[in-house]
Amino acid sequence: MIEINNIKKSFGEQQVLKGISAVFKEGKCNLIIGKSGSGKTVTLKTMVGLVEPDEGEVLYDGRSFTKMNFKERKLIRREIGMLFQGGALFDSMTVEENIRFPLDMFTDMSIAEKTEQVNICLKRVNMVNTNKKYPGELSGGMKKRVGIARAIVLNPKYLFCDEPNSGLDPKTSLVIDDLIQHITEEYQMTTVINTHDMNSVMGIGDHVVFLHEGYKYWEGNREEIMQITEGELFDFIFASDFLKNLRRNAKV
Amino acid sequence: MKFLEDIGGYLVMIRHAFSRPEKAAMYSKETFRQMVDIGIGSLSIVAIISTFMGAVTAVQFSYQLKSIGLVPMWWMGSIVRKGLILELAPTITSLLLAGKVGSNIATELGSMRISEQIDAYEIMGVNTRSYLVGPKILAAIVVIPMLIVLAVALGILGGWAGGVLGHFFTTAEYIRGLQDNMKNWDVIVMFIKCLFFAFIIASIPCYKGYNVSGGALEIGRASTQAVVLTSIMLVVVNFFIAFFLLGE
Repeated sequence: MIEINNIKKSFGEQQVLKGISAVFKEGKCNLIIGKSGSGKTVTLKTMVGLVEPDEGEVLYDGRSFTKMNFKERKLIRREIGMLFQGGALFDSMTVEENIRFPLDMFTDMSIAEKTEQVNICLKRVNMVNTNKKYPGELSGGMKKRVGIARAIVLNPKYLFCDEPNSGLDPKTSLVIDDLIQHITEEYQMTTVINTHDMNSVMGIGDHVVFLHEGYKYWEGNREEIMQITEGELFDFIFASDFLKNLRRNAKV
Repeated sequence: MKFLEDIGGYLVMIRHAFSRPEKAAMYSKETFRQMVDIGIGSLSIVAIISTFMGAVTAVQFSYQLKSIGLVPMWWMGSIVRKGLILELAPTITSLLLAGKVGSNIATELGSMRISEQIDAYEIMGVNTRSYLVGPKILAAIVVIPMLIVLAVALGILGGWAGGVLGHFFTTAEYIRGLQDNMKNWDVIVMFIKCLFFAFIIASIPCYKGYNVSGGALEIGRASTQAVVLTSIMLVVVNFFIAFFLLGE
């Protein structure tokens, strides 16, 4: 479980996060949604320590990440996996080397054990026989899957995904969503996903936090979100006329 | 203000770059990879430039000395050797490497920053300044002096070829000049220059590349700034080393 308490963050004069608190549950896909500029990415980056909050606290199973020093954070980071928007695969390394990197750096496993673990992860994301390929030879969806494999190679307790479906076609987006959901259940991880893809919300949104202009505006699950009839969240979900009509027809 | 911030940031980066590594084997592997990149990758261009640099030095000095007429031509060996060891090989090779290696380092780190690869390392718990910057500086300090020694050797060879082919002096005269009044101090000064220059060539582009923010345009800008700043620092440091070590 991850808790964020009263997180505030400003960049210069502009306050991006204005006191956000939320609890992200274990074994669930927790989604942070909101319009562009609502503070989703800053929230996620604050949770993993890439951005320092001005105020507030981030707790990993009761352990205050915000108050930890560099060495203590390093230990928590071994329990964290992250999928970046563009995959963030290391260009100079093959797929296998990318996934093996955390094992090389932080474990004393033998080469055979590491290779086996890499192959298990590649199989898990349906990317077998791509070991020797370089990131430049992969499609956007494949990069995301390799990114997931790298994120889970150390069996993390917490998985963060920043816009996992950006730049992907709807079908590939569903594949990535399913993969994240299955891995979350299989490894019983606390997964936090930052997205504005409504398909993801309806598909895997066990717990949804809606941010608006730096505040937490709404919190609930995918069933509850469909009951919303007005306000900022309604405008966000039914942003297109097509969806609004669809909803009207459904009501009729 | 920005200048002071940059100096502070640069010093902090250098301090972290040489902090205790998470796993020494991974750092040494990365250092060797960088040595190959900097060393082997620059070998051909250093060889070509230094050979012709020696040749043109021999030809132009011979032309001038011949017009004076009072100076024996065997001096040419000594002039080429001293010029290459004390100035031409370390400075010209370093300026060349500032362009090639410096822009490469700044672009590599800048791209890694923009594509969130540095963030990915951070999330894993890797000390990025230590893992990404330290091996580059270390590799440069090891490899660049070797390249400069090679530049001296090939420059001397180029000087011989230029002078002999241009009928300015004979091989025997050139060899006599090379052996005349050879001072160990000159070689020591050259190595001192090499170490300072290597550190500058790797560390300034690392700082510029590591701190890129924005997009592709900023990577190009950082790369250009890295090369310009490195070149300026090289000539300034070159002057001070010469001034303090060779001055009376």
